[in-house]
Amino acid sequence: MAILVDEGTRVLVQGITGRQGAFHTKLMIDYGTKVVAGVTPGKGGLSIHGVPVYNSVLSAIHKHPEINTSIVFVPAQYSLDAVLEALEAGIEVVVVITEGIPLRDELIIVNKARSMDRIIVGPNTPGVISPGIGKVGIMPSQAFSRGVVGIVSRSGTLTYEISMEISEAGLGQSSVVGIGGDPVTGLDFVEVYEMFINDPATKAVVIIGEIGGDAEERLADYIKRSGVEKPTLAYIAGMTAPPGKRMGHAGAIISMGLGTWESKREALEDAGVMVFKAPWEISRALLNVIQG
Amino acid sequence: MKLYEYEAKEIVSRYGVKVPRGFLATSINGVREAVEKLGGEVVLKSQVLAGRRGISGGIRFAKTLKEAEETSSELLKMRISGKEVKQLLVEERVCVDKELYLALTIDRSKRAFAILASTLGGVEVEELVRRHPDALIKITVDPIVGPAPFTSRWLTEFYNLSKDLEHQVMKIVDSMWRVAVEYDAELVEFNPLALSCSGELIALDAKIIIDDNSLYRHGRLIDKVYRDLSDAEAIAKRHGLSYVELSGNIGIICNGAGLTMATMDLVKTYGGEPANFLDIGGGASSEQVKEGLKLLLTNPRVKVVLVNVFGGITKCDEVAEGLISAVSEVGSVKPIVVRLIGTNDSIGRRILMEKGVKAFSSLREAVAVAVELARRDPWRS
Repeated sequence: MAILVDEGTRVLVQGITGRQGAFHTKLMIDYGTKVVAGVTPGKGGLSIHGVPVYNSVLSAIHKHPEINTSIVFVPAQYSLDAVLEALEAGIEVVVVITEGIPLRDELIIVNKARSMDRIIVGPNTPGVISPGIGKVGIMPSQAFSRGVVGIVSRSGTLTYEISMEISEAGLGQSSVVGIGGDPVTGLDFVEVYEMFINDPATKAVVIIGEIGGDAEERLADYIKRSGVEKPTLAYIAGMTAPPGKRMGHAGAIISMGLGTWESKREALEDAGVMVFKAPWEISRALLNVIQG
Repeated sequence: MKLYEYEAKEIVSRYGVKVPRGFLATSINGVREAVEKLGGEVVLKSQVLAGRRGISGGIRFAKTLKEAEETSSELLKMRISGKEVKQLLVEERVCVDKELYLALTIDRSKRAFAILASTLGGVEVEELVRRHPDALIKITVDPIVGPAPFTSRWLTEFYNLSKDLEHQVMKIVDSMWRVAVEYDAELVEFNPLALSCSGELIALDAKIIIDDNSLYRHGRLIDKVYRDLSDAEAIAKRHGLSYVELSGNIGIICNGAGLTMATMDLVKTYGGEPANFLDIGGGASSEQVKEGLKLLLTNPRVKVVLVNVFGGITKCDEVAEGLISAVSEVGSVKPIVVRLIGTNDSIGRRILMEKGVKAFSSLREAVAVAVELARRDPWRS
């Protein structure tokens, strides 16, 4: 078992003819992901790494009705259109890699998807990997190995860093999900955490958060109220970030006095989550928790 | 991107929000002209993109022309939060009956807009949130539909205003929403929003923050992006680097926002002080790495640079090339501690080794060494 990406995942790549789209299509195929079609308006008829390209999501779905997941690489200006098109064509999970989408466009797509009961991962996410099964994303595969730890994160490279340590410790990951670094995201920590709780392959969950917003606090509240018992560990980045400054991610900003590192640490610890101050402490603690 | 108060007021007044009559002045002469046009008592407001202007003495009243001239000559020599006061907004002084707080912003957890309102106008919103949460209400605004009419009824009631002011409240809420949509504003704030002695709602202060990601579709605004940046921040932005200046002496360069923050935090945990946040992003070229490192090497506060790169789409050999060319261009003798891992890391480490720079694969070791070097090296600057 795994979450979001499993044996049944059939992928459409939106923006497949772009530099990033083409490059990661190859890497996803190499990893074993079933990439069945791509879309770039005006480029229909081409083939990228053996994947047929269509002019619209509609024609791609018509030829390949098995498509259930889309990954979006189109530039920020066109992402609103690309995601609405994917939703209208009936795609269930849309992974939006693109960084820099205007906030108002993000509000529209995530609300639209929720009203249709579909899933958006991101925007501004490295995607999802279920090691050994497939990846719908841009993460370097060598940092991951099949295993028992579920990871949900707001960042990219920091997730690779922690995942690699977990792989080296011999534990590996069930699935790794980036919810995205923007202020507004489709899936949030609570929703992905719930999926991990219901996933029998996941024995422990690692939360990788950062300053800004209250996604971590809401997760803490959920854990406290639901009384779930899977071991949960966390690392929060941005202890030394000054207020009012955007730290790289659009969402990583302490504003109106909210979203501080301290507030997140307190909330999570209060909910029984172990919070660590160094990324490398996580894998050691996991060994203790899982192997007892 | 923050707009100046006078810019924000110009925008909202075009959308029907009442603001005090006023003129922008950049010299004593300009102030004199403005005071003569306005007549009577005036308010002199320093135009800087920093909070706490009032507490810092950047907002002053003047009863006479002479007083206005004297005060403005003081203000035009001031710095507020390190920023020079170059422009003053000279406004008529409004007789105020009541001061309120009103803002339209993003509610991240609800994935929606929200209206925030308080009866404690003039208090900084951070303070309201922390100290007076009971005096604050939040009304969710659907991001597609916009504010429904009940919003204004609620606000009028909450502010304890008479029923006949409801249409004024509604007009203001509607204007805020239109500004938010048409300018891609992530914040439209009136603090205070005053009920004047003559029964009008007037925005005494106005603040607008535009979503940076949307600037490409606001042609007239995009040129303003660089105006509030320090030289270093402007250089970083031009090279597609994400840079924030801090007060310590250990320069930091990483790829990815989370990893950069984590590296800063580790430096602090090990007893050091980060000098900056510098994220080269994903897939950075050696040129970008070079420009990033040059920024830090030429910053006199930086004693040691710690580079932490986890290669994925970023290639470690590109990073190494960039580091080496920055060092030779600047001719710097500052120690550089490098941690490289991931795509092409062994090539990257070899490139560095040939130039006498040791690269670590362990993050822990690299952080410890950087902190130690910063501590050991007080005579060098």
